[in-house]
Amino acid sequence: MMGKLFETLRLALVTLKANKMRSSLTMLGVIIGVMSVILLVSIGSGLKTYITGQLEGLGSNLLMVMPGEFDVNSGSGAMQGAGMMASKLTVNQARELRQGSAIKAVMAYTENNATITYKGKSRITQAAGVSYEYPEIRNQYPVYGSFFTASQEAAAKKVVALGYTVADKLFGQEDPTGKKVTISDNKFTVIGVLEKKGALGGSDMDNQIFIPATTALSTFEMENVMAFWVQAKDKDQVELAKKQTEEILLKTLKDDEFSVVDTKSLLSMVTQILGTLTLALAGIAAISLIVGGIGIMNIMLVSVTERTKEIGLRKAIGATRKIIMTQFLIESIVLSAGGGIIGILLGTGFSMIINQFFPAAVTAWSVLLAFFVSVIIGITFGVLPAARAARLNPIQALRYE
Amino acid sequence: MKNNNLLHLEKVSKAYQVDSFAVKVLNHVSLEIKKNEFIAIVGPSGSGKSTLMNLMGLLDTPTSGKILLEGKDVSRLDESKLAEIRNRKIGFVFQTFNLIPRTSALANVELPLIYAGVPDEERKKRSLEMLIEMGLEKRVEHFPNQLSGGEQQRVAIARALINRPSLILADEPTGNLDSKTGAQILEIFHKLNKEGNTIVLITHDLEIAKTAKRIVKIYDGQIV
Repeated sequence: MMGKLFETLRLALVTLKANKMRSSLTMLGVIIGVMSVILLVSIGSGLKTYITGQLEGLGSNLLMVMPGEFDVNSGSGAMQGAGMMASKLTVNQARELRQGSAIKAVMAYTENNATITYKGKSRITQAAGVSYEYPEIRNQYPVYGSFFTASQEAAAKKVVALGYTVADKLFGQEDPTGKKVTISDNKFTVIGVLEKKGALGGSDMDNQIFIPATTALSTFEMENVMAFWVQAKDKDQVELAKKQTEEILLKTLKDDEFSVVDTKSLLSMVTQILGTLTLALAGIAAISLIVGGIGIMNIMLVSVTERTKEIGLRKAIGATRKIIMTQFLIESIVLSAGGGIIGILLGTGFSMIINQFFPAAVTAWSVLLAFFVSVIIGITFGVLPAARAARLNPIQALRYE
Repeated sequence: MKNNNLLHLEKVSKAYQVDSFAVKVLNHVSLEIKKNEFIAIVGPSGSGKSTLMNLMGLLDTPTSGKILLEGKDVSRLDESKLAEIRNRKIGFVFQTFNLIPRTSALANVELPLIYAGVPDEERKKRSLEMLIEMGLEKRVEHFPNQLSGGEQQRVAIARALINRPSLILADEPTGNLDSKTGAQILEIFHKLNKEGNTIVLITHDLEIAKTAKRIVKIYDGQIV
């Protein structure tokens, strides 16, 4: 049985090789389909890994306070309220939050694009207005100098801690601590340089500068910060910290003016949204696979008609329906599975190239799925032509011109 | 049962349904073919000789009557059973050679052995021997389109003989060849007959038919 199957496989390869141009054009449909599925799924899952990595880096005992209503469980529409609404969060509220018994640290957070200049060299960077707890909350400490203190923050001092890339580009070998720089027309004193965080995906995490949130508000003429990051004392107190945060904020804010989200539910929401997105993209790509399958069926039907006489002869000298059926079925499976394998290789190659600029990771399940789907397409769209060949009457087939 | 009886047709009729009419192509034909015979079946086109050949070659089953091959009733068997018997018992030679294109002479001869499930090595050996016997030792790896008509027909004969069939059915085997090559092919059939093979030659050419040991004439669906 195996020997016969191998024989049929060899025969299929010989036949397909005899029509190289036709075979490769037929495969192209499946190649493109499989390639797009692999590529889109790898971009989707790369993005997911990147974002979840970012969120997990925040630590599990972290809460975020955002302006507006924010419903984690309502799915894709959830982001609408948050961020869109003008923030009413203030630095004072952050200070009040520190009184919560389950709360270890609170960081007000705001950001703005800024130009930083030193001795004629300037660089566009992101200025983050943060609290003095930043190093502890983000687990990123200064390598040179120090971070700003609680009193420097309270006094809204014009001090800045530089991200590693910014320090490297502006100062090179020079020690930046104590140097004066200009940030958006204001003189600042560099107090330290933070350790490298590296590049995550395409964006350089070290192309940032950090100034006190209080200073950021006055420098950029803003009244409110964009968010608070609240750190609970430990994992078990996250719920309590969340409750306390809400209670304290309700003293000064209305219910719909803020939302407290823990990273876990944020994570599950992002995962869900990206999962749906990936699936939708893969679904669209899968349509081209079906089109590829129809192409295979078309060519197989032509091939059966062309080879009517050959089929008649094979039947006359002893080929049963089953043998003829298998022969044509294997031909179409070889076409589609061959296209599938080439598509997988191309898709993997392209996502490796894309990964240089944008997070993309080929997943094993998408490769396996793509391969099996292409085999199934070969069978599905090969059955009709193969059955037509198998049913041919040998007498009429032999007479066919 | 007579021991040297190879093929026995008993009151065989074949009718085809054309629209709502049943057209009788063969009408109560009875024929006996013994082992090692050389029979020519002659008749004009439309006489029913093709249908007779299809029935003798087990490519078709009769509407009524019985066909016995080596004493076994084969007139009511299903398609896959018939395919199996054709593979082992009957060798076909056609007017248009019917070799598979873009496939070497060797692979063409091998084909019936593949369907018979003969292992690769034995297949190659036997096919090669058969091609050598046909004088084609220099054409083994050639494709059909690289062979002359006579060479193609010799490949086809090698293919028909490869499974050592009980009966060789040749349908106008010289029809597409010039008279000289045709004579050579005919010579091969006579040689095969001398070696013990049973041969049924279907032709419309009386000159060719005369070289056979027995002539069966068919006209209007009946043996005359």
